[in-house]
Amino acid sequence: MSSDVRFTDFKSDKQPTWCPGCGDFGTMNGMMKALANTGNDPDNTFVVAGIGCSGKIGTYMHSYALHGVHGRALPVGIGVKSANPDLEVMVSGGDGDGYSIGAGHFVHAVRRNMDMTYVVMDNRIYGLTKGQFSPTSREDFETATSPEGPKQAPVNPLALALAADGSFIAQSFSSDAQRHTEIVQEAVEHDGFGFVNVYSPCVTFNDVDTYDYFRDAIVDLDETDHDSSDRDAAEAKIMDDDTEYQGVIYRDEESVPYNERHGLDENMAEIPDGAPEDATDLVREFY
Amino acid sequence: MPDDLNWAIGGEAGDGINSTGKIFAQALSRAGRHVFTSKDFASRIRGGYTAYKVRSSTERVESVVDRLDILIALTQRTVEENMDELHEGSVIIYDGERTMMEDFEAPEGMIGLPVPLKRLAEDAGGALMQNIVALGAACEVANFPIENLDEALEKRFGDKGESIVANNRQAARLGEEHVVEELDHDGFDYDIETTDNDYVLLNGDEAIGMGAIAAGCRFYSGYPITPATDVMEYLKGRLERYGGHVMQAEDELAAINMALGAARAGARSMTATSGPGIDLMAETFGLVATSETPLVICDVMRSGPSTGMPTKQEQGDLDMLLYGGHGEIPRFVVAPTTVSECFHKTIEAFNLAEKYQTPVYLVGDLALAVTEQTFEPEEFDMDSVEIDRGKLVDENEIDSWLNDSDQFQPHFPAADGISPRTLPGTSGGAHMTTGLEHDELGRRTEEQEVRIEQVDKRNQKVETAQEEENWDYREFGDSDADTLVLSWGSNEGAMREAIGFLDEADIDVRFLSVPYMFPRPDLTEEIEAADEVIVVECNATGQFADVVEGDTLTRVKRINKYNGVRFKADELAERITEKLDATQEVPT
Repeated sequence: MSSDVRFTDFKSDKQPTWCPGCGDFGTMNGMMKALANTGNDPDNTFVVAGIGCSGKIGTYMHSYALHGVHGRALPVGIGVKSANPDLEVMVSGGDGDGYSIGAGHFVHAVRRNMDMTYVVMDNRIYGLTKGQFSPTSREDFETATSPEGPKQAPVNPLALALAADGSFIAQSFSSDAQRHTEIVQEAVEHDGFGFVNVYSPCVTFNDVDTYDYFRDAIVDLDETDHDSSDRDAAEAKIMDDDTEYQGVIYRDEESVPYNERHGLDENMAEIPDGAPEDATDLVREFY
Repeated sequence: MPDDLNWAIGGEAGDGINSTGKIFAQALSRAGRHVFTSKDFASRIRGGYTAYKVRSSTERVESVVDRLDILIALTQRTVEENMDELHEGSVIIYDGERTMMEDFEAPEGMIGLPVPLKRLAEDAGGALMQNIVALGAACEVANFPIENLDEALEKRFGDKGESIVANNRQAARLGEEHVVEELDHDGFDYDIETTDNDYVLLNGDEAIGMGAIAAGCRFYSGYPITPATDVMEYLKGRLERYGGHVMQAEDELAAINMALGAARAGARSMTATSGPGIDLMAETFGLVATSETPLVICDVMRSGPSTGMPTKQEQGDLDMLLYGGHGEIPRFVVAPTTVSECFHKTIEAFNLAEKYQTPVYLVGDLALAVTEQTFEPEEFDMDSVEIDRGKLVDENEIDSWLNDSDQFQPHFPAADGISPRTLPGTSGGAHMTTGLEHDELGRRTEEQEVRIEQVDKRNQKVETAQEEENWDYREFGDSDADTLVLSWGSNEGAMREAIGFLDEADIDVRFLSVPYMFPRPDLTEEIEAADEVIVVECNATGQFADVVEGDTLTRVKRINKYNGVRFKADELAERITEKLDATQEVPT
């Protein structure tokens, strides 16, 4: 790690193919700034992404990165962090990736509490497949596959995280660059699974959850008397369907991450040239 | 009576059948006898017929046979289930005082030996020890010194306290004494010879786990599934001792993705599952190959399709392993043929994975996985283990793999198909990897020429490996024989013994056991040299036979078994004889 890392060092020379105005630009910039601000550099950072618009992030960033299969980015990140705890692991996905196909992994990653960061670009629509409803779409949101609205309750990802005993639960808005960066940075610094749901508007297919909508609707928790260490207060905010909150909603200061609980502190990449020294003991067990 | 002893204990699941069988197997092994075990079990926790069979001899034993000399029957059904294997003079030990057995009469020619198992167990300290009473009785019947049980009882019950061990020893002795004092000895003249040899006794799943640790595996993720779970249970606790970690994932999809992540971070990494899990892993399998990540994926086959018969033997996944997954995926498929080969081939699988940066399927089957067998400990020689990590590039060498813009080229199209590899944390090596088609930097592309270059590059690895590695078969029998028998997986043991039975009937065979499914040996010459070619496998359609026919453009005969039970040596000899007779009857 070097101290003179700038966030642009995390930029690759590939121009993003996201639509002009896409919320994902801001989400990614905040991620890169948060990584640089916390003293990381591209060579000690591993970024994992799934499929969809959000999944392209590994291509536009410069770091060690893996672009995986749909919904399975979190298990990859868990494997990376287990094998080399010195790495800064950041996983990014979309609302479909994380809360639909990957919902099971999401809940288990939260309760496993591996020391890593999960940033979800939530635009409440499937963008790359050109406009179908997503698990966070509103009940009456009209799309190609829901002409009269999905007629089912949207997933509340923050509630899922809280129910799974999440140790860091936050939400941000990609166009509020400074707050978004701060929040992701806090997630990176958190000892455990830092989860940030980012409102990252889709300018092409979602004409409901727009920049204007979020700008008007968002309440910043820093401007309230919210105590992020109070789980009940966090629950009240999370279950409040009428307000869009931004900020750190819940943080367990006592959190002990999985890797620490399981004594994962060695880089597993280093192995001897032959069998371990006392491997004959393994044979002896079968006498 | 032959020195070869076939013993079994049967009853309901939950009766402690497995642990009793294991104790006897260990006692025989400690007494310097070779052992081969097999299990009949149902997919339920309690109830349902279950049995543990032990074949033992001073000679090495490789398979089960259709014969039972001593049977401990805890239920009447145990006798019915094994009737075909019982013979004149077989001894059946049962509890004549238990309601379910009180009216039992041994079938004609067999010796029924009523021992009050439960009552004697209570005398020794608890009814739970009834199986141990029966074991003691069986030792006396077999003329196998009961002291041999002591060490195995210590191993099994030692952590429960010395008094429990002492009670069990007492229970065994009460069983022994009952046979000596109360019962007529005429009829059994077994004399189980012991030797000074030290053997180890283990099954295929354990051998795979041990091989993984020997090979430097550090990360294992898996989801419980019969019959692969033993691999995870073996590794849990042991892998940690060597600086590694076992993670029980939420499902097979997570398991393979975790293993992929750990492998990308540089750990030697493995997951194990059975057929249904392999189906779930198929999508990520393609990503592993396209991202050129070294990974060992172990499939311990059971009866399919769907959930099939989870606790029964089959070799039905070969097509899936060879061809499964969308698109064309370069891969290796390694299939050990014996318990000790499970150890060696696992080590080889890890080396192949890293050397060629590919996924490697390591294929076991239920019969191999749950069968315990004795070996000379030297067969698991840790000093001979070699680790080859392939083209791992460190900070000092990285300059030679950078492009003009100082970017690392993880998918550089080297002539042998094998790219340089840097692990995260390596200075200057940061790069992207993806399941999308990519260029030499790992970045997405749809350029036609790059696509062809990268597909060819990945496929080249298989060709390189084909030339550089030894993909040979194991040969047994008479190399000049007109009849050629081929098999894969756990059939090797039964077939090796079948050669002996066939020899007695003056039938010479040449037997090739093939441990590599892809790449695999070219058998064209061997097949052309034979008059008759028979492929033996535990599936209905003959998946390996199809492969052999495709490779050699020669029709082969097939012996298939798919009732859920492995081949037995004598049965196999008979079926081969029938096949040959049938051939001769065909008018020319």
